[in-house]
Parts: sequence; C-alpha cells; structure tokens
Amino acid sequence: MANIERPLSPHLQIYKPQITMITSITHRATGIALSVGTLLLTWWLIAVVSGPEAYATVSAFISSWFGQLVLFGFTWSLFYHLCNGIRHLFWDMGKGFELPTMRKSGMAAIIASVVLTLLTWIIAYGMGA
Amino acid sequence: MVELTLPKNSKVGTGKTYPGPEGATNLKTFNVYRWSPDDDKNPAIDTYHVDLDSCGPMILDGLIKIKNEIDPTLTFRRSCREGICGSCAMNINGTNTLACTTGMDEVDGDINIYPLPHQSVVKDLVPDLTNFYAQYASIQPWLQAETPPPSKERLQSKEDREKLDGLYECILCACCSTSCPSYWWNSDRFLGPAILLQAYRWIIDSRDEHTGERLDNLEDPFRLYRCHTIMNCANTCPKGLNPAKAIAEIKKMMVERR
Repeated sequence: MANIERPLSPHLQIYKPQITMITSITHRATGIALSVGTLLLTWWLIAVVSGPEAYATVSAFISSWFGQLVLFGFTWSLFYHLCNGIRHLFWDMGKGFELPTMRKSGMAAIIASVVLTLLTWIIAYGMGA
Repeated sequence: MVELTLPKNSKVGTGKTYPGPEGATNLKTFNVYRWSPDDDKNPAIDTYHVDLDSCGPMILDGLIKIKNEIDPTLTFRRSCREGICGSCAMNINGTNTLACTTGMDEVDGDINIYPLPHQSVVKDLVPDLTNFYAQYASIQPWLQAETPPPSKERLQSKEDREKLDGLYECILCACCSTSCPSYWWNSDRFLGPAILLQAYRWIIDSRDEHTGERLDNLEDPFRLYRCHTIMNCANTCPKGLNPAKAIAEIKKMMVERR
C-alpha cells in the first residue's frame, strides 16, 4: 500500500453554498476591504496636512466615478462588517445558534448593511447639494 | 493551508455511463465519484441508472442495488442502514449526509455523490479518516474522575443529565467536520466540529472531574479557535445536532475560568 498517491476529494468545487457560509466569507472579505480602505483614509489625512495641492489631488480622485465607487464599496464594507460583527457578539455569548435564527440574522445583516449604505449616501449627497 | 483548487492528481474527469435496464420506466440517475488505487487514472464520475420500481426508497438502497446488479467494483462503507453507525456518510448533492437516512425522493433530478469533502480517498466513496479518529483519541473520550467509584453507578441529577442532550446523540460520522472550510484548510491542527462537540460532551458531564485539564488541552489558537461560526456543521448534521453551539459554549468556559 506504500507510495500510493491518493487523491483529495472535491470540496469547494462541489459544496452547496448556504447563507451562513456566504455571510461568513463576506465578513472576512469586507474585513480585508476595510484594511485596504483605511490606507485610503490615511492618504486623505496625510493630504489634509500636506497642503492644498495634495488635498486637491485626493479630492479629484475621490470625486471621480472610480473614487466614488471605491468609497461606496468602503461604506458598504463598513456597514456589513458592523452588522455581521453584532451577530458575532451574540454568538460569543452563546446566543442565536438555532438554524432558523442563524438564517434570519444573516438576512437581516445583509439587508441592514444595504439600507444603511444607501441612507448614508442619500444623506451625504443631500448635504453636499 | 487554504488551497481553493484540487491538486493535479485529484481533478475529476468523466467516467463510464452504464445504460439502464431495458423496459424500465421509473429510472433515477446516479452520478458517482470513482477512484481506484489499482490504476494510474484520475478520479472520474460514473453514471448509473437505477430502476426505482425494484429498489428500496433510500439512497443507500440505490447504491447497494448498483453494487449488486450493475457494478460490483463500486466501493462504499455501510453497516446499520438506520442512521446510527455513521458509516455511509458521504456528500450527496452538495451537502454531507447519511445515504441510509436520505430518501431518493428528497433529491430533485440526478443524484450526485462524492466522498466526504477534502479527505484523502482510499477508494471511490471511502475516505481515509485516520486523522479524524486520532483527533478523537486526543480529547480522551472517557469519564475521568478522582473520586473512587461508588458501589453502584455514578449518579447524576436530571438537570445535569439534560446537559448531555444534543451531544450524546453524535455518531461520529464526520459529516460536520468534513463540511467545515476551516477544517478543510487546517485539519492538521484544528480539531473540527465533531471532535469539539465530543470534547464538550465530557467537559459538561457532571460526573467528569477533569474539566480543567480538558479545557487546558483545547486552549490553543488552532485546536479550538479556528472555528469562525461558518455553521456548515449544524446545517449538514444528519442527526440535527449543533456543533457550533457546543464550540461556542467551550469558548465561553475558556473566558469564564480566567
């Protein structure tokens, strides 16, 4: 039996996606996005203290369509990570593990993050105008 | 370690298709993962057609019929055929479950069967569970007490006994552990949901006096804390148990004893 190279059975390729699985991987993905987004924030802060020219460069980027898209993604990442983070707080207390609750809280986190993101942008545009 | 794709020798190809019996009208298609150590071929999916008019209702009945009447080389584990031994755990249409307690009528369309995910394959649907059992042994799954045993059995109050409900029913079929992405990437160090549920079964047992040692054994960034509440374990458990909840209780005890 020695020297047999056994195959590894399929995993991600065949496993059926489920809401709890998706909310979990999204939590991680938004966490990474937030770390990268913090670099943007740092860039903006440095520009603020560096003077009007540097600030104008950053402003131009942020107001471009691409900059706005990044900012929109950053906002949603922040709200999703927050909402799903609240689920994690409950789990750390040993609460909310029943499967129906789990699915509902997952849906709630997704919906809340989208609503909060849209609200923030509507308010921000309202104030800007 | 996270590896999203399969190694080269594990990529799954298309295998043989066995025609259904002549004249049969009530056919169910089985697409089954096949691999044999006897040739140098990659794994492949073989397709069988089972006549439901002369077959029992469960997926295991279908597999046994294939082995008896179509292809005797098909290899899988089975024993009790009533959901108590855990032998016929496999991946059926995307989630892990027991073939013996899953009805063919629960699956719409073709039945796609793979071995338990991210395991080394011994043959066809038989995974190598050596690591899983070694991890089970590592939590010392027996009652440990310093108090000399009384003349009869060690007694337990009704309330203390109730704490074992939802834990003692685990049959160690490995459906949950092999459904867990954390276990896929870190099975060398993370104990996985099944073993942690079993660990909690002894931690919470009022008759066991080694709770502290048991917690010490789990106090490790990998053994316990690779659980990120992905919940595949509870979603897939064929016995309806909730390993994620048991793991959360262990994590709570780790904090409370500080």
